[in-house]
Amino acid sequence: MTTLSSNTSLTDPSDTPNVMSPSALMWRKFKRHKLAYLSLWLVGFIYLMALIGPFLAPGDAAETNRRAIFQPPQGLHFMVDTADGGREFLLHAKKMKMQIDRSTMRRTYVADTDNVIPLGFFVRGADYEVAGLFTSDVHFFGPVNPKDKVYFFGADRLGRDMMSRIIIGTKVSMSIGLVGVAVSLVVGVALGGISGFYGGWIDNLIQRLIEFLRSIPTIPLWMGLAAAIPLGWPPLRTYFVVTLIVSMIGWTSLAREVRGKFLAMRHEDFIIAARLDGLTDWEVIRKHMVPNFSSHIIASLTLAVPLMILAETSLSFLGIGLQPPIISWGTLLKEAQNIRSIVEAPWLLIAPGSMIVAAVLTLNFLGDGLRDAADPNAH
Amino acid sequence: MLSFIYRRLLYMIPTVFLVSIVTFAIIQLPPGDYLDTLAAELNDSGGLDEGTMQALRDQYGLGQPMYVQYIKWMKGILLEGNFGVSFEKNLPVNDLIWDRLGWTFGISLMTLAFIWMTALPIGIYSAVRKYSVGDYVATFFGFIGLAIPNFLLALVMMYVAFKYFGQSVGGLVSPEYLDQPWTLEKYGNLMSRIWMPIVVVGTSGAAALIRIMRANLLDELYRPYVVTARAKGMSEFSLLMRYPVRVALNPFISTIGWILPTLVSGEIIVAVVMNLPTTGPLLLRALLVQDMYLAGSLIFIVSILTVLGTLLSDVLLAWIDPRIRYQ
Repeated sequence: MTTLSSNTSLTDPSDTPNVMSPSALMWRKFKRHKLAYLSLWLVGFIYLMALIGPFLAPGDAAETNRRAIFQPPQGLHFMVDTADGGREFLLHAKKMKMQIDRSTMRRTYVADTDNVIPLGFFVRGADYEVAGLFTSDVHFFGPVNPKDKVYFFGADRLGRDMMSRIIIGTKVSMSIGLVGVAVSLVVGVALGGISGFYGGWIDNLIQRLIEFLRSIPTIPLWMGLAAAIPLGWPPLRTYFVVTLIVSMIGWTSLAREVRGKFLAMRHEDFIIAARLDGLTDWEVIRKHMVPNFSSHIIASLTLAVPLMILAETSLSFLGIGLQPPIISWGTLLKEAQNIRSIVEAPWLLIAPGSMIVAAVLTLNFLGDGLRDAADPNAH
Repeated sequence: MLSFIYRRLLYMIPTVFLVSIVTFAIIQLPPGDYLDTLAAELNDSGGLDEGTMQALRDQYGLGQPMYVQYIKWMKGILLEGNFGVSFEKNLPVNDLIWDRLGWTFGISLMTLAFIWMTALPIGIYSAVRKYSVGDYVATFFGFIGLAIPNFLLALVMMYVAFKYFGQSVGGLVSPEYLDQPWTLEKYGNLMSRIWMPIVVVGTSGAAALIRIMRANLLDELYRPYVVTARAKGMSEFSLLMRYPVRVALNPFISTIGWILPTLVSGEIIVAVVMNLPTTGPLLLRALLVQDMYLAGSLIFIVSILTVLGTLLSDVLLAWIDPRIRYQ
């Protein structure tokens, strides 16, 4: 049996112009899918938001304000009247005054047109830590005077700024999808690979396990598991356990796909050739099988992320997943749990709700585009 | 066919056993038990004295090793159909759950019917009129339906119903009918409200099925046999119904297997939001106060019934498609 040394190449690379690598071909195909390409940018932006949240947030997400309880969203205005009767450009928001109707005890807010809050870019505001290294107080956009408060998405029952909270919550909500998918990937590829590569009784066992997990309704199971998390646990530990619970189901579909690919490839000529060349099982898998379906797996993973995000949101919404003071889109939505608070403050539902829908939708488009690009037979 | 059903039933035994183990493990997971919760709650008003605690513990077998408790629980279920006692309500679990389970599965099955009735025609239309305005509208709503979590959609619909139609929300019947006997008016009232949870729970499933149906049918529409049928002068509609739709329907039926668990899941969470008298709110409450027999029985029965439903769909599929029977 001969071994090919790495420098024996049949053709000189410089002699083969205009041959695109598979990944370049995929990228070209992906870019043609306009919606998916746009979604890639949007998903990138959302993850950027997760990374530099405190910088983008106009205020402090945890700061309460008794004078802004359930304050409706403030608009952004561009022109102000000057003293001499003209109009001048100034980015600002109108201050809102709370009025309490003594007889019904209802709060109403009235815009105070004379009192403006000048807004600007790169302003100083609440302190935050950058990667645990140093503190900064520069915010991308917000009131010029650090004492002013603006509520573009309204305020919640404690007068906390919804916009800042949603931006800060992005980190937890989006990363749970990633961490959960990473767990699913490891478990799914390992079990699916074993199942498909070796077959026999172990394949049967793993398939029965997957069938079992898929046949029981997820929400009651998750609820049971999540309810077991003690309330006193530190936030980080709760976060990881919730992630594990959420990814418990996610790995099954991935394992099935990997198994299917392994089964289909096991008897392909190039795999048999690689074996005859004396490669070990592990080398065959790593060098010849994985590159064959890795693009497919990336697409499946992208499609799994939104499912995890939805699962976390559902659990936190029910009050048995993440708990306050952790800020995630799910814990934010928990504030809008009953119809009374939604009627009084619809922005508590609309703002985090649209963020979830936007994230899930763009991830779905992105995953679809990737899948089409990775599939050579797609039309 | 019979041997297929036998085989499937045989597979079910380990599944049911696993479900019971998992359920039991789940309800045992939280540290402490219901009596600890009770003692903590009563702590302000003097609490329970040691003697009462011990008596209660013995009565429910709480102090014993886990496998003893498990065997005790399973014995009750298998031999007497006794699911134990709800600690919080001090009633047999049997008295509490069957009504609610009936509603949960009733709504889930109605939702399944709703999904079929919407997804089938829309899916066929989308495939036949590919890239038409209607197809784009269906695709758009399909993506939205997949992206909105159930409970969010429920909240939005409740808000819209309350704000713009002045409808009181929550519950399956209006408040004035709550304790009334089942009259024709009450049924009418039920029907005027039950569509909301059905639509909410069914949207994502319908969206998924529309996409599956469209893709399946698109694979079939351009096959030579369709061209042949067209060439021999068959009318376009009966051609469509007789050949490609029937072929495309197969994977459609097999999806019941995974759609039923999602429907039951969705129903449970939507019920919490809409305050429906189904398993959802009861399960959530039971889990929060560690009412373990109640919570465990609910998870157990819901899972078993779902597994049974999946089995039924498999049998149905095998009946329709002989290839599966002889696998």
